[in-house]
Amino acid sequence: MIHAPHVDWFALSTVLALLGASGVALLGAVLVPRPAQRAFAATVAALGFTGGIVASVWLYVASASGHRVVANAFYRDRWTALAQAIVCAVGLATTLLSVEHMPGWSRDADRSRRDDHVAEFFALLLASAAGMAFFVGAANLMTLFLSLEWLSIALYVMCAIDYDREGSLEAGLKYLVVGSFGSATLLFGSALVYGATGSIGFPEIAHAVSARGLSHDVLLVLGLALVIAGLAFKSSAAPFHMWTPDVYQGAPTPVTAFMSSATKVAALVLALRVLATAFPQEARLWTWAFAGIAVASLTIGNLAALVQRDVKRILAYSSISHAGFVLIGLSAGTALGGRALMYYLIPYAAMAFGSFAVVAARERELGVPVTLDTIAGFGWERPFLGVAMWFFLFGLAGLPLTGGFVGKFYVLAAAYDHGWAWLVIVGVLATLVSLYYYLGIVRAMYMRPSDELRVGAAVAGGSPPREALLHVSVGLALAVAVGSLFAVEPLVDLARHAASSLPF
Amino acid sequence: MTISSVTSLLIWLPIGAALVVWVLPLSRYATGSLAVLVSLVEVGLWIEQAARFDFDAGGLQFSQRASWFSDLHVSYHVGEYGFSLWLVGLTVVAMAASVGYGFWVGRERPRAYFGLQLFLTGATVGVFVAQDLLLFYAFFEAMLIPLYVLVGVWGGAGRLGATIKLLIYTMAGSLFMLAAIVVYGLKEGTFDLVDGPTSASRWLFLGFMLAFLVKAPLFPFHGWLPDAYREAPAEVTAVLSGVIAKAGTYGMLRIAIPTFPEPTSYYRTTVLALAAATLVYGSVLAFRSPDFRGVVAYSSLAQSGLITLGLFSGTGLGYDGAVLQMVAHGLISASLFLIAGAVERRTATGELRLLGGMARGRPALATLLVTVGIIALAVPGSASFAGEFLILAGSYQRAWWWASIGAGAIVLAAMYMLRLISAVLHEARGPAVADEAMDVRPGELALVVPLVACLLALSAWPAGISHHSFAGDAPSGVVQGQFK
Repeated sequence: MIHAPHVDWFALSTVLALLGASGVALLGAVLVPRPAQRAFAATVAALGFTGGIVASVWLYVASASGHRVVANAFYRDRWTALAQAIVCAVGLATTLLSVEHMPGWSRDADRSRRDDHVAEFFALLLASAAGMAFFVGAANLMTLFLSLEWLSIALYVMCAIDYDREGSLEAGLKYLVVGSFGSATLLFGSALVYGATGSIGFPEIAHAVSARGLSHDVLLVLGLALVIAGLAFKSSAAPFHMWTPDVYQGAPTPVTAFMSSATKVAALVLALRVLATAFPQEARLWTWAFAGIAVASLTIGNLAALVQRDVKRILAYSSISHAGFVLIGLSAGTALGGRALMYYLIPYAAMAFGSFAVVAARERELGVPVTLDTIAGFGWERPFLGVAMWFFLFGLAGLPLTGGFVGKFYVLAAAYDHGWAWLVIVGVLATLVSLYYYLGIVRAMYMRPSDELRVGAAVAGGSPPREALLHVSVGLALAVAVGSLFAVEPLVDLARHAASSLPF
Repeated sequence: MTISSVTSLLIWLPIGAALVVWVLPLSRYATGSLAVLVSLVEVGLWIEQAARFDFDAGGLQFSQRASWFSDLHVSYHVGEYGFSLWLVGLTVVAMAASVGYGFWVGRERPRAYFGLQLFLTGATVGVFVAQDLLLFYAFFEAMLIPLYVLVGVWGGAGRLGATIKLLIYTMAGSLFMLAAIVVYGLKEGTFDLVDGPTSASRWLFLGFMLAFLVKAPLFPFHGWLPDAYREAPAEVTAVLSGVIAKAGTYGMLRIAIPTFPEPTSYYRTTVLALAAATLVYGSVLAFRSPDFRGVVAYSSLAQSGLITLGLFSGTGLGYDGAVLQMVAHGLISASLFLIAGAVERRTATGELRLLGGMARGRPALATLLVTVGIIALAVPGSASFAGEFLILAGSYQRAWWWASIGAGAIVLAAMYMLRLISAVLHEARGPAVADEAMDVRPGELALVVPLVACLLALSAWPAGISHHSFAGDAPSGVVQGQFK
């Protein structure tokens, strides 16, 4: 006889809100007449994400003492709740950004707005966010793998949803192939860890390792290495980043914005949880491994970005280098590192999302890919978006205009605190290199007149109308990015309480 | 120690005004007027502060402190010592002239332009009043952002290359300072400059010094200087050389020397040698420079060397002279670059071989340039004479040869300044100088004359600064004992 476990529905409320909204949006694709589908699905998505934010905030407040629920498969604690809140906020902003999204925006295609698949798009967005909300709370290797697949499959489809466009299809396929490889690596690693320890729950693994003296067990170490590789795939850290530039460039820009912020948050937050909870005895191994991955990401991400012309590709490489920065905090493997990681992700998510949102605006305006040539003069034509982009780019570069500055300071402090002064120097050098390409975009936007624009023929039909919702989403991202510079104390307190759920 | 929020107001008023200018759709005229008004209010606030400053007591005044993030003991801590007060004064005065000049010539895209200028004012004041390392660093970097755009958008033909060099050079220096700040702060458990203990780490000292040497700049870290000073709009070059470059020497005085006494004496000879080399090298290049701005740019380089010579002499006279010279040279180079801008507007060139004979029929221009030029070459009785004399006396106390190099450089200063004056004003009329080219207009006079008036006032009473920078009247003792 099977005993059904007790289910703490409240702990799952964020996931359920998102999943429920996803179901409603999907029903809308069938039941709601086509002209109303866009409005209907977007409203449902916005409500779903708002519900998710409310639920996760409530969970944060009500989960001061973290514990596992649902047969020890899911964590109900502040680390989960805070990450869920960030994911839902990014999801809400993505919804605003996607309302006016036109599938097949390329110049050759029919530029009139098309409404096919819009309800499905929002349903998938909600579903992948629900997957992330579950992923960050995963408490054993099984829920970890399941939720990883759950969020990934939704993302694969979203990448390829502009199937008229070759780039989108290519992105979807590439992400599917490489992403499946990453998942398989993670699964194989999980199997080895299970084989070595006989348990799948994170604390149980740690317990088994210390009880049976397995810390140098070959199976376990190999399994850990594969788990690390699998997680690095999802957080697009070098040398597991190969898919990132192509997928970020090819995917519809709102999807890229969502992936570069929410997916990265989920993957990095979970990575620290797994390592700190399940493998504390191997801390020496994984701190060094992640320090190495961080250095590789910073080097490869920044150097490769220098030679790109396409703005989405530049930002993709920049996101690789930022994964490197966050991993500096992670590799410290301390409470300070945990705080640094969580704090860093808040302005980072806002800036990564915001910069892709601005790219989306330019893309819709011109109907061509946004390169350093086609973005020329944009800052003067669209003052608000230009200034916002200016803030995001300087912020990503770590200049003291946004919380990105404090975040960088925090991860470097965590690295030094761990005794790794050399990692501080690496971080500093990487920042210096990154300035060149961030400033390259600013230079193109403000310092080159738009008559240099090499678009070829004039854009047919003129500029599309101003998109109020897109502006709102960029404005929210800007507010978070700049606000986090001033409100460091409250945000760090949030991160501290969240990180206290982890066993440091 | 008085508690006051005036210091914070000096930082945040212009930044707030910048936001207003960016957000509200004001007309060109309204934008410019608002910016000028805010700059004048800054000057007024500063005068009010200077009047209330207790120079006899010394120490940190008008300070304010609030936790920024207590986690790592970083706070928002601002306040002024005597010498910071003078540098803040230099900032607000020079920025007011610069903003006024931008209004007068009618820069394109006024809302963006004036917003950036105001932002620059706030950030620069912040550098001179920050008493927390991370806050200092934040303002130090924040200065660069408006500067980058001001040069890159409103600059001359070679502006793109100039901005890249400016940013990469200065960031390369200051990022090592960030690393040093992280290490110092975590090791000592505080980022506060007032409470922070001294450190004997030579690596940290070098990290800080690299940033300051690039910013000041000193030979061989001056690669960004010629292009930036030539390509920036005249009024931006005026504040860049007059005020912002002073952040480098200020950083040495406020952070590097008092926090790292042991490394300071260990590297003293090296830094003094760099300073002397800068002084001679800058002076020679200024003499050889083919254009107006080049002369002033390289003379600023030489002056940075001189100021550093005074600071690293490690004597009371040297410190006093360095502070006086920072302010005096700030005013001189701001005036000279504004005059250079005026000349360039009339002749469309700054090349000395195309200029000449401008004194004829343009008495106001001639008077201004000769007055500032005479003060710049340090004739006895001028503010910069007092400053240079104190610096030389201070460095003589260290060793006679430093003083003799400095004295030699003053002769070079006379050579390049006189060459500049004669090439612009006298000699035969240059091909670029048209008869119709007007004299300095009242609008320009209203901007440059106050700067010159400040210089004349300082010439009359240099002790106003040199005796009022560090506590008490006696300019003796080591700097750390005086304001820590």
